[in-house]
Amino acid sequence: MRALFVLFAAFFLMGQRDAILVPAVSQDEVQVRQGFTGTELLLYGAILDPRGQRGGAEYDIVVVLKGPTEPITIREKDRIAGVWMNAQSSDFRSAPSFFAVAASRPVEEIVDERTAAIYELGTEFIQLSPTGQIDPEEQARFAAGLVDLRHRLGLYNEDMSGVTINEQVLYQARIQLPSNVITGEYTAETFAISDGRVIASAIAEVEVRKVGFERLVEVFSQRFALLYGLLAVGLSVSMGWIAGRLFAMV
Amino acid sequence: MEDILPVYLPIANLSVNGFLIVLLGAVTGVLSGLFGVGGGFLTTPLLIFYGIPPTVAAASASTQVTGASVSGVLAHSRRGGVDYRMGAVTVGGGIFGAIIGAFLFRLLQAVGQIDIVINILYVVMLGAIGGLMLQEALATIRSDGETTKKVRNRRHHPLIAALPMRWRFYRSGLYISPLAPFLLGFIIGILTMLMGVGGGFILVPAMLYILGMSGNVVVGTSLFQILFVTMATTMMHALTTQAVDIVLAGLLLLGSVIGAQFGTQIAMKAKPEILRFVLAAIVLAVALRMLVGLAVQPDEIYTVAPL
Repeated sequence: MRALFVLFAAFFLMGQRDAILVPAVSQDEVQVRQGFTGTELLLYGAILDPRGQRGGAEYDIVVVLKGPTEPITIREKDRIAGVWMNAQSSDFRSAPSFFAVAASRPVEEIVDERTAAIYELGTEFIQLSPTGQIDPEEQARFAAGLVDLRHRLGLYNEDMSGVTINEQVLYQARIQLPSNVITGEYTAETFAISDGRVIASAIAEVEVRKVGFERLVEVFSQRFALLYGLLAVGLSVSMGWIAGRLFAMV
Repeated sequence: MEDILPVYLPIANLSVNGFLIVLLGAVTGVLSGLFGVGGGFLTTPLLIFYGIPPTVAAASASTQVTGASVSGVLAHSRRGGVDYRMGAVTVGGGIFGAIIGAFLFRLLQAVGQIDIVINILYVVMLGAIGGLMLQEALATIRSDGETTKKVRNRRHHPLIAALPMRWRFYRSGLYISPLAPFLLGFIIGILTMLMGVGGGFILVPAMLYILGMSGNVVVGTSLFQILFVTMATTMMHALTTQAVDIVLAGLLLLGSVIGAQFGTQIAMKAKPEILRFVLAAIVLAVALRMLVGLAVQPDEIYTVAPL
């Protein structure tokens, strides 16, 4: 009985240690420049088994891409005196600016809800770190509101057939980044899941940054606000004046 | 949507259809040439509707209005249609108002009620002005163009005469207290900052009917005030909200400065009462759209603000 247990445990421990995930991203830097309309990230990699065999067991792959988090206030409109205006609000300390999940099968078929919640395998499981009054029901309502809002903006997405696995070795996931993503460090976490357990995970990082003219404008507007304002005024006055002159000649 | 000439806006942080933005600028430019209003009342809501963050929309629209009013001011000043003294007083009030407006903007933003205030301001101001203009335009059209016979017994509002300290405004043909135009400019300044409008659609009727300025300097002086107050507003936004998107403003300007020239040419040919009727209809339509937006449950009742 005891020997059987040891054997069993060893098998599991080995399994856990053995499966190695080697992830890669098509690009480790997304450059936001003029004409940027969003891009598609290809996250791919291999599941290695040191015994030289292929994975043997059935693997599922879930990839979670998360943008920089920021503290936010979510406001909810309500009908007051016949007018729709902001009423209640709720604060969250760490709302990701971007969140996308791609999986090889619907997540609920791969893991139970508890595991999905631990690893944030879905937009409903995003850990937002609410602050202030703790009424779980209310917070859930606000969180759902945030997910719905950002889903419409293309910032929170779930694609339950976004990962393809070849021969139980190679996987690839495609995730769309829309043009309205904010700049910063994005982390892509890849989970290999078998029998409802996460057996391997790996992290890859992608940096989204503005380059060239776009970066110049952003930095200029923040560091030299006065000069930037004068430049904007100068631009508008000169364009108005030139147009007036040109048409006066016609 | 983004397929034709995608342009990335570095401050608004998103990609837009550049062609559509230039077209929007052109439409407001035509309006400004036609009616002597900046067209901001149309640009800002449409930009917000397109998905541009409201603050960026208001800030960049005010930059655009500056450009649209430059050529108008030049044209009017050449034929002596600008009362510089009156203009300077309203600009003074306007800049003061813009500063107070910036403060109000921040306050309202902090309590989360900036959007509703902007919307209600739009509905009330546009509704009232549009209604008055429509009434007048219809009356004129019915009376078959006999506007010139309309006698105005009252030079200006009796309250204006009660204000202390009088100055002479020769070109406006007025001897009134500078407090009145200063106050008017002040109110317009606040509205400019809050609504992202030049305020021409309020200024022109107010100068005519409240101050009682003579008609041939009203449009020029109003454009003069708009020019300088929108400059101040752009500066205020650049320094406080940092929401002026120079690429967005440039696209709008490109359309509007060209559109303004066409507007001016149409204005010379078209009948003024028809023009006023059309402007009234546009103003009312925008007000109505805003009113519906307030009354009907919005598609999305949640909004996110950085903490």
